[in-house]
Amino acid sequence: MRQLFAFLIKNYFFFLFVLLEMMAFIMIANNSYYQGARMLNTANQLTGNVYQSYNDVFDYLYLKQNNRILAGENASLRAMIEKSYVKFTTKEIVIHDTLYKQQYNYIDAKVISNSTGKRNNYLMLNKGYNQGVRNNMAVVSSNGIVGIINGVSGNFSSVMSLLHAEAKISAKLKKTNAAGSVTWEGGSYKRGSLTDIPSHIRFRTGDTVITSGFSLDFPEGIMIGTIAEYNLTPGDNFYKIKINFSCDFNKLDYVYVVKNMFKDEQLKLKEFQHE
Amino acid sequence: MNNLYFRNIIRFILLILLQVLVFDNVQIRGYINPYIYVLFILLIPFETPPWLLLISAFLLGFGVDLFSDTMGMHTAASVFMAFCRPGILRMVFSSKDYEIGISPGINDLGIEWFLKYALILVFLHHLVFFYLEVFSFYEFFYTFARVILSTLSTVLFIIIGQYLFYRKK
Repeated sequence: MRQLFAFLIKNYFFFLFVLLEMMAFIMIANNSYYQGARMLNTANQLTGNVYQSYNDVFDYLYLKQNNRILAGENASLRAMIEKSYVKFTTKEIVIHDTLYKQQYNYIDAKVISNSTGKRNNYLMLNKGYNQGVRNNMAVVSSNGIVGIINGVSGNFSSVMSLLHAEAKISAKLKKTNAAGSVTWEGGSYKRGSLTDIPSHIRFRTGDTVITSGFSLDFPEGIMIGTIAEYNLTPGDNFYKIKINFSCDFNKLDYVYVVKNMFKDEQLKLKEFQHE
Repeated sequence: MNNLYFRNIIRFILLILLQVLVFDNVQIRGYINPYIYVLFILLIPFETPPWLLLISAFLLGFGVDLFSDTMGMHTAASVFMAFCRPGILRMVFSSKDYEIGISPGINDLGIEWFLKYALILVFLHHLVFFYLEVFSFYEFFYTFARVILSTLSTVLFIIIGQYLFYRKK
């Protein structure tokens, strides 16, 4: 026994190293995306506040650009309201009743930290549980989709960016409705790939890729990007397609968190399917 | 002695903030991410007891992890780097250079020594970190390119920093 202690003390440097590495690996294991980000959440409050004050300073530098983006968005929203359409028929009767229910609600948030150069990228937003943000909600910007909420603390939330090895977004081609999925394979943050498009589908470079609406979190028809290049290996059943993301991940500033009001209902139905 | 502790603690905090607020934003086409906070481990005084070296590396990595949502990865890489440091020191350190009271920087031991020392340790750190981040050998060469390029950029920034902030005595 004494020899054992003597051995431990003599080599304590090595054993301390092993112990600390084990602690680090336990941290990694506990915080992988699938198991939810628990540690992250307690830390979010602290680091969130640091990033927030850093952001307050740099906000002013981008005011002009942000104003332009917001103005552009306002214009496109204005084009959608009823008043901008001319009525060609007078026979229609508008019924204000319960025929329409709002399915998606949008919470606006500001990006207070962001990365694009790592293999797995995350963002942090300045809205959290108290403002109605929950895990797995979709995050979109005015230019296209951004990612999925993967951790929420009181007033901040962490977003798994689309630029992440585990991010996979259900997508479709706008013209033909052919469904596939969008992933990011590293490298430039401007390029992603679209897989699972069968070889009989016809499309051209420049065609628009949008969200499919099959996932419970993303509304249908949100822009993801445009097709940049594609090829089909002879004998292969699926295209290899590269897309240009419509959203510039490096310049994200204001984003929207999407809340699906029918998600619980849809989830229940899904459970039913699996039984 | 107190002064020495104080300087290291200040350096610890400054390097973490510099890393997460400035250098985490330096990303070039997904290949180059400098992690300059490892300078702290490089500059810890020779007289530091080994356990303190490991513990402070652990805390350093943990601090950076808190900010960059990479729970545990920077910690694992930093502890590994600290573990390798004594061995690397013996490797690149010719015993006649050693005097009491000198610190492992460009000032006391010269650019050539520091370059060897920094390149090896930073490479080991980045090797562990980038492969942990990807967590597979699937994109082996892409990741390896990132390790090499990031190591070079980190060492470049560290050496520029050394010349900027440490005056010749």
